[in-house]
This record gives sequence, C-alpha cells and structure tokens, in this order.
Amino acid sequence: MKVIKEKHSLLMRWTHWVNFPILTIMIWSGMLIYWSSDTYSITLFGHTFYKFFPQGFYNALNIPGRLAEGMAFHFLFMWLFAINGVVYILYTLISGSWRELVPQRKSFKEAWLVLLHDLHIRKMAPLQNKYNAAQRIAYTAIIVMGFGSLITGLAIYKPVQFSTLTWLCGGYHAARIEHFVLTIGYVLFFIIHIVQVILAGWNNFRSVISGFEVVNTKPKPAIEPQKDGE
Amino acid sequence: MENKNKVKKELTVDQQISRRNFISFGVFGVMAFAVYEGWQWLYHTPKEVRGVTAGAKEPLRRALNKTELAFRNFFSNNHLVKTYPKERAAKNVRVNSNIGLKGKFIIEDWKLNVTKANGETMQVTIDQIKALPKTEIVYDFKCVEGWDQIQHWGGLKMIDFMEHFNLVDQTKMSYVGMMTPDKGYQVGLDMPSAIHPQTILAYEMNGQPIPGNHGAPLRLIIPVKYGIKNLKRIGSITFSNTRPPDYWAREGYDYYSGL
Repeated sequence: MKVIKEKHSLLMRWTHWVNFPILTIMIWSGMLIYWSSDTYSITLFGHTFYKFFPQGFYNALNIPGRLAEGMAFHFLFMWLFAINGVVYILYTLISGSWRELVPQRKSFKEAWLVLLHDLHIRKMAPLQNKYNAAQRIAYTAIIVMGFGSLITGLAIYKPVQFSTLTWLCGGYHAARIEHFVLTIGYVLFFIIHIVQVILAGWNNFRSVISGFEVVNTKPKPAIEPQKDGE
Repeated sequence: MENKNKVKKELTVDQQISRRNFISFGVFGVMAFAVYEGWQWLYHTPKEVRGVTAGAKEPLRRALNKTELAFRNFFSNNHLVKTYPKERAAKNVRVNSNIGLKGKFIIEDWKLNVTKANGETMQVTIDQIKALPKTEIVYDFKCVEGWDQIQHWGGLKMIDFMEHFNLVDQTKMSYVGMMTPDKGYQVGLDMPSAIHPQTILAYEMNGQPIPGNHGAPLRLIIPVKYGIKNLKRIGSITFSNTRPPDYWAREGYDYYSGL
C-alpha cells in the first residue's frame, strides 16, 4: 500500500532552492573578481599541477576584465546569501530539525560504511533516519562552509573594521585563500551531490520539491486476531 | 498541507500525491521562471546615468550605495590598520597605474591648491608641509584587484594638515575631493576616512622622497581605503557636502571602497 511519508519541511525546501541561484551567482561573480589577481595554483615540489584558472576557462566563461561588475554583483548577492543562510539555520535550531542533521558520535564511523555501500563494496548500509551518516556530515559541513564563506569574506572585504575576523582567519592572505578553497569545496560538493541525487532516484529528488516520499508498506490486518483466555 | 475543505470527500493516497505534486512542482516552475526572468532583467538592465558615479548597472549601483551606508556604521577611528616593522616593507614598491601623471609636470612649480567649501582658496608649498611633524606608517597596501604589499610611507597626517592650516571647520563637511594637477585622476573621500588618524599626505617612501611614478611631490596614503583612492601627485584639495568626482567610481567601482 502506498503511504505518504513527510520528509522535507517547506522552509528547508525553499531555502535549498533559493540558495542554488544565489550561490551560483556568488561563485560566478567571485571568479570575475579573482581573475584580476589570479595567483593560486596547486604546486608541489616546484611542479605546478594546476593553475587557477587556465586562460581557456576564463575565455569560455567570458570572465576577463570584469572586476568592477563582479564586485557589484558579489556585494549585492552576499546579503541574500547571508539572509537565506541565517533563515535556514534559525529554522533548523528552533524547529529542532538540527537533530536529524548534525552528525552523531557514531556518524563518523558509520559514514565509512555508507561510503563502502555506495561504492558497492559493502552490501548492507547502516540503519538511518532522515539522513544517513555520510549525509549528516556532508550537509552539516556545507552549512559550516557557508558560515565560513561569510566570515572569510568579511575578513577580506573589511579587514580594517573587522580586523579581529581577519586575525581569526590567519591574516588577509590566509582569509583570501580560505574563501577561495571554500568555493572550490562548493563545486566539488555540487558534483557529488548531483551524482548522488541522480543515483537516489525520483522519489528522493521529488521530496526536495514536494516535501514527501511515497513508501510502500505492507497492509496491516484490519482486525487483530484475539488471543484466547483474555 | 492538510486538506482545508473538510466538506469534500477525503482524497485517496494517489489523489493526494498527484495534488501535492501538482501544487509543489507548479510553484517550483513558476518560481524558477520568475528567477530566470529576474536574472535576465538584472543582467541586461542599463547602466546608471553618468554622474559622479558611472559604469555600473543601475540597481547594482544602488545596492553598492546602500551597502556603503550599512558598513559605515562599523567605521571607527579606533579601528586602526595593522602596522608592521620597517624591515617588512617592500623595497620594490609596485606601480600599478600612471593615470593623471602623464602630462608635463614641473615639480619645482608645484603648489597644493586648497579650496574651502565657501570658495576661499589657499596655496601650500611642499616646504610648509615638510616643516610639520612627520608621521610614518608601514602597513599592508591593498589593491581592489586582490594583491597587497607591505609599504613604508612618511608624511603629514591629514588631520594635522587640517588643524595647522585652519581647516578644522571644514571637517564638518561630508567629503574631501582630491585631484591631480592635470585633473586626470580624482578621488572622493568621506570625511571620517579622510581624517582617520592613519591617513597621511605622504612625501616619503622608504625614507626617501617619493619617486615621480609614485606621485611626487605629495600623494595621498589612506590605509582605510583600497589603492584606487590613494591619489598620486595631489594638485588640489576641496571640501563639499556632495560627492566629489572620483575616477574609478565612474568606471563602475564602489564609491566608498573602504576597508
């Protein structure tokens, strides 16, 4: 028998989807800014494995020479990014749904089992509620990362007025690198997230829009058989 | 999400599913379309009317100006720019631009033209400025492009300059404007930033007179702003309650550009 099982609250769904275009614009406008001083690369023992970013990448996305425009977009959408994030976190705290989200002590051990299961190395996945151990870690991490982007962003944006934040980030250079690395983190998260959502299937995807999943349960007998002698 | 019409027959599970799917996907589709249209509008919205600021899309300029107001609340003379020991200062100081320095310029003829808000003018020579107490600062100069460099500058504090030349009443004005002698480069500064204790009219770099490409004989060093506000070769200083012209604010950059 089909049963409707509530999964994601309305507010969680809204903030999730509102965040998607905002974060996309933040990453894009961030690249417009980064271009004008694109000093980062992955270099080990004097060998550069990857430069952020190759000229072809810039050209393909029409990035060069748009610093002022990038800043103007970045400093408008930063407000929306922050507000959306604060709304989500407040909701999660007040509603108590953080309990389904925040990793538990066992989550870190269990996440390996989830990973092995997802990679088809292990047959059984650990029992879970709304989110499995790996999801708890990933979805909590992404919220912490969002907060990190705000802090590191503020540390670069107003390093004099918020010098304490800049200091906490390890200085101006460190804050800029952290801000950049967090963004790379979002992109990696996004790739894995999309693959997982595709693998998880329609029922799961729909729940982030409609809020519910459809589960098939065995019909219960209408009348409980009575026991003798009662 | 519960059924509000209790008079109606209760829907079957399948009906509930399709009803909720219809509503939620309908709303999702409408919102996605609205976001797409909204983005198209913002992305293709015309640039602001050319004035003191220019070059930015009109709504984005408004957002920059509102954001300035929000962050001005955090500005304080007690928030000082971090300073470094002199040994940390770069020997090879980066030159990023020579806008406003291209024309013919005879340094011996240079005088600083100061115009008060009421139109009164005065001229100040470099010797008058050098005769006053010197302030040195070694700090991390930050460019809007993203690079930064620890630099060592020496000169007269802007607030000392104003006090000595009887310009204290001008600190009640909202803005300070500065221009190169050829008027090719201009900066507009909000008064609190202009008279911040670390803002100096610099005539020395690394303990030596400033070289020409760094803005000899006198340039602005304003550590609470990005490099674009650190005008080289100051020709004139004005005071006003409206925003003075600003070179990069007409190229789409934030007028405030404060750190």
